Amino acid sequence: MASPIEQFQVKPIIPIINFTNSSLFMIGSAALIVGGLLLATRNRSLIPGRAQSVAEILHDFVATTLTDTAGREGMKFFPFVFSLFMFVLTANLLGMMPGFFTVTSQIVVTFALALLVIGTVVIYGFVKHGFHFLGLFVPSGVPKWLLPFIVVIEIISFLSRPISLSLRLFANMLAGHIALKVFGGFVVSLGAAGIGFALLTPLPLLMAVAITALEFLVAGVQAYVFTVLTCIYLNDALHPGH
Amino acid sequence: MAQAQIPQAGTEVPGDAHAADIGFPPFATETFAGQIIWLAITFVVLYTLLSKLVLPRLTGIIENRREIIAKDLDDAAAMKTRAEEAGVAYEKALAEARGRAQALAQETRGKLAAESDAKRKALEADLGSRLAEAEATITAKKNEAMSHVRGIAAETASAIVERITGQAPAPQAVEAALDRTKV
Repeated sequence: MASPIEQFQVKPIIPIINFTNSSLFMIGSAALIVGGLLLATRNRSLIPGRAQSVAEILHDFVATTLTDTAGREGMKFFPFVFSLFMFVLTANLLGMMPGFFTVTSQIVVTFALALLVIGTVVIYGFVKHGFHFLGLFVPSGVPKWLLPFIVVIEIISFLSRPISLSLRLFANMLAGHIALKVFGGFVVSLGAAGIGFALLTPLPLLMAVAITALEFLVAGVQAYVFTVLTCIYLNDALHPGH
Repeated sequence: MAQAQIPQAGTEVPGDAHAADIGFPPFATETFAGQIIWLAITFVVLYTLLSKLVLPRLTGIIENRREIIAKDLDDAAAMKTRAEEAGVAYEKALAEARGRAQALAQETRGKLAAESDAKRKALEADLGSRLAEAEATITAKKNEAMSHVRGIAAETASAIVERITGQAPAPQAVEAALDRTKV
């Protein structure tokens, strides 16, 4: 019996260029996104077919999420947010396939994505608003004597954003896959433990099926949460000082 | 970088459980650099392809549809306006035609009335002149007749005298007698 965490192991495929199963599934996700969207929109139909409808729904979904939280100006970040959403969603869903590697269960990947988001926010915020961007840490309408504490709290909360953003996605994907593996392992262990125990195997099997359904939901929800939080942080860069 | 990637199986105690051998994979720091590099490459390529190729096409499809719908609505509105304008023009033309017809009828009626008036006047004048002519003729005839009365009287008188006396009076005497009896 393999350990439940063996599935998260990064295995080299072409060691000389550091190409691993993780790299393979990153590229696989990207290829799936680009290929799938190009295939879906190849006809450029006025009245969309099924595949084109899905592509348009994804487009409108991200566009609505972005404009609802960051306003019309947020649309300049649309390609970025769309890429993030599609990448996280596809990586999450691809990881649900048996035997497939889950890119988003790697803390280094989710943290890098979170840093990319926060980095974009900080760089754009300073380029667009200069020093005024620091107004983000000074909420208006706070009593003078309370201001130093508030500023410290705001800075800590800002710095914890990349950590919470990356940990949430990482932990959700990790926990779900471990739970799946554990219940799947129970089925095998019980089956091997003798006739009396083998009769109990449907119980963990049902659990594994239920958790599989739940994990598909989590895969979508976490991609959405990651995207919504990205939009909220981008809104800070677009309109600092609330 | 490449050698750091390989699991350091050699440093572990041989014979350990396989699970202990791999530690907790997501925290295996030696894989971080490689994953970050490949993530960066993948994400940059993905972002470039999406923003330069896929999204313009997708946005184009959606915008194109929106434009076509908006254009169709505009066309429909323009056509409605044109139809309304045509309706108004038709009403106007109808009113104009009706006005013209009325004017024409009025004119014709006036012309006819004038014509018949003129005809009547001409007729009246004609009749008047003929009446005057007739009156003149009557007067002439009457005068003529009156001029014959003296002759008739003279004849009558001489005939009466001849019957009574048996001999015709002298015409001078008859003339004189007539002169005397002239009223």
